[in-house]
Amino acid sequence: MSVDTKKIKKNAYRVTKTRGKTCLRVRVPGGHLPSQYLEIIKEIADKFGNGTVHLTTRQGFEIPGIDFSSIEMINQLISPMIVGLEKEIGVPLANGFDKGYPAAGTRNVSACIGNRVCTMANCDTTALAQKIERTIFPNDFHVKIAVTGCPNDCIKAHMQDIGVIAQVEPLYDETRCISCKACVKNCQKVATGALTMGNYKVERDPHRCLGCGECILKCPNAAWTRGNKFYRLVIMGRTGKRNPRLAQTFVQWASEDVVLGVIKNMYKYIDKHIDRTLEKEHVGYIFDRTGYNEFKNVVLEGIQLNPEIRIATFINFHGSIYDSQIIFENVTKA
Amino acid sequence: MAYILTHAEFDTVLQRLKQDYILIGPVRKKNKGKFSDADLITYGQIESLSDLETNGKSQFSAKETIFPPSQTLFYFTEDEYREPKFEPQKRIVFLRACDFNAIKRLDLLFLENGQFVDAYYKRLREKTHFFVFGCEKSYENCFCVSTGTNQCEGYDAFLNFKGEKINLFPSEPFKRYFAGYEENEDILPQFIERNHIQVDIPEGLSTKIYDHPYWDQYGKRCIGCGRCNFSCPTCTCFTMQDIFYRDNKNAGERRRVWASCQVDGFTDMAGGHSYRKQQGERMRFKVMHKIHDFAKRFNMHMCVGCGRCDDVCPEYISFSQCISGLKGVVAHDN
Ligand code: HEM
Ligand code: SF4
Ligand code: SF4
Ligand code: SF4
Ligand code: SF4
Ligand code: SF4
Repeated sequence: MSVDTKKIKKNAYRVTKTRGKTCLRVRVPGGHLPSQYLEIIKEIADKFGNGTVHLTTRQGFEIPGIDFSSIEMINQLISPMIVGLEKEIGVPLANGFDKGYPAAGTRNVSACIGNRVCTMANCDTTALAQKIERTIFPNDFHVKIAVTGCPNDCIKAHMQDIGVIAQVEPLYDETRCISCKACVKNCQKVATGALTMGNYKVERDPHRCLGCGECILKCPNAAWTRGNKFYRLVIMGRTGKRNPRLAQTFVQWASEDVVLGVIKNMYKYIDKHIDRTLEKEHVGYIFDRTGYNEFKNVVLEGIQLNPEIRIATFINFHGSIYDSQIIFENVTKA
Repeated sequence: MAYILTHAEFDTVLQRLKQDYILIGPVRKKNKGKFSDADLITYGQIESLSDLETNGKSQFSAKETIFPPSQTLFYFTEDEYREPKFEPQKRIVFLRACDFNAIKRLDLLFLENGQFVDAYYKRLREKTHFFVFGCEKSYENCFCVSTGTNQCEGYDAFLNFKGEKINLFPSEPFKRYFAGYEENEDILPQFIERNHIQVDIPEGLSTKIYDHPYWDQYGKRCIGCGRCNFSCPTCTCFTMQDIFYRDNKNAGERRRVWASCQVDGFTDMAGGHSYRKQQGERMRFKVMHKIHDFAKRFNMHMCVGCGRCDDVCPEYISFSQCISGLKGVVAHDN
């Protein structure tokens, strides 16, 4: 059997353990989809796969047990889903929508359930994930991005190359505050202790405040209300064999435009610095080579920064290092 | 005597009224709800008819227009004090029938409760006129028909929204603002006549139910946030706060702010003693005040059946169901 594995991988099919069988990866940007598409997944799994479907950690589907020869037919079958979940949100697909997925390197942009359901969410995470998808897909660079509605980080934004954490600026109206302390006690218990009581009114330390919005949720008299939406970006988190680590904060109180601009520019940064001798290089390792400042300079280039934004002066990753030889290379060895 | 005006014609009347009054009513504050991308309907100033939000019940009531959540009573230095200079503008407040009936309860509490008249309340109250608008439909938790507060009289004007037209019933002093429009003899004010919920307030309540296990469920469910009280149009409790300015402790001010019998601290006394520690006891106290104690003094129940306490309770505690359940308790125990 002859299969161009590079080509099918780009088309979002895998080489699997079972010889002759492949597996289709289906993207669901933002992780929320009209239930009608489940019927398409079911049809492909029943007719061409082995009747099972895997739910991926990135909120896609993988449909295993497919013959390589069915790929073209499946690409036809999946096309309404690509139209609905990619074209409709503005993803440009040059080769049409009936040839399957045009790339698989940049992974599905995942999102927690967000403010469509969750009381704690500070934004519509699915909608933002779709805007990000539109900005970066299709692309073969290996990048993982996720959006989470609040610092609880249910989507694990801290495990992504770029994790977007929605923030809200809490606005205080002292004329409505009746000094019940609910917000102060709660911020102390579940957030950062940014609030203190002084002369029966609440004071907020903006340097400690996470923008989680808990105070707004707790206030019984709408003394705290929602201000503008902002985002904190955590970067270069990863799992993997070399040096798993949690992402660290790059910017906070960034506007949506800044978020989309930075993400777009990150692809320029990868393009500029990727080691092309490797089959693929993950952006986190590029970052390790170039250092934070080069990353910062490239991704912020040409971006109109909103006045509230705060940018990290340095980043200290505290990941696990299994073997010090990875960092402390023996350069004298021939 | 009534006028039937189009929205545009009534807007003209409002512009005339604005020469002499500020207009206050329920407004929709976009994205100011406690949850992200949700609106808050609350009291605010209106400039034209389109600002008035009649579609949906306001989370807070009209009471704050004459009894603000936080109010400075006087300023003091070492040996002197003085009241704030305060000359309220004449205002017109738009509100529903239940809320207008609630104003009567507030009047009883602040103006006719023993020998002292509350000067701070009176000052605002005297400048306030009420335009009541009829409800086109009953909302989820309303039970004003059961409390007899669906109807009202003594308003400064009454409005029925009728699609394109508005039926208007101004009192004599306000008719001059309608000059040039034709009067109509045949129509009458229309009040809502039916709610989804009927409540039969039990007769024969007494201190006998104080220790009844009925209240235990609320001890388990209520979190003591006070939302039910702050949103209630008839809760009038306040506490005092003496503030000593931080850069000069010899000067300061005394404020009064809303208080809630459900929130910690309400029954705290000098020396640290506190009466009602359990939330169940607090619920009992609130319910008794609303449908028993107040009526003993003022011959009408305090509760006007607006249902806001149900609307806002994060624990889905229903005041109306509590009253209905209480009826069974009384019947059984007597
Ligand atoms: C049998 C004797 C007493 C009874 C029944 C009694 C009852 C009360 C009550 C009902 C209040 C009102 C609490 C409130 O509305 O917040 C109060 C407040 C107060 N009482 Fe008494 N009291 C007694 C004796 C005393 C004595 C002997 C003193 C002082 C030596 C005292 C000092 C105060 C003070 C300072 C407050 C204000 C507390 C606050 O607002 O924090 N009381 N008392
Ligand atoms: S937004 Fe969160 S961290 Fe900031 S003050 Fe409110 S509760 Fe505290
Ligand atoms: S929860 Fe609201 S009313 Fe209570 S102290 Fe905080 S701001 Fe004031
Ligand atoms: S007790 Fe509840 S239903 Fe009654 S007036 Fe107050 S908020 Fe409205
Ligand atoms: S005692 Fe409670 S229920 Fe009664 S008016 Fe005060 S806060 Fe409202
Ligand atoms: S709103 Fe509900 S939970 Fe909060 S104090 Fe009232 S009854 Fe208790």
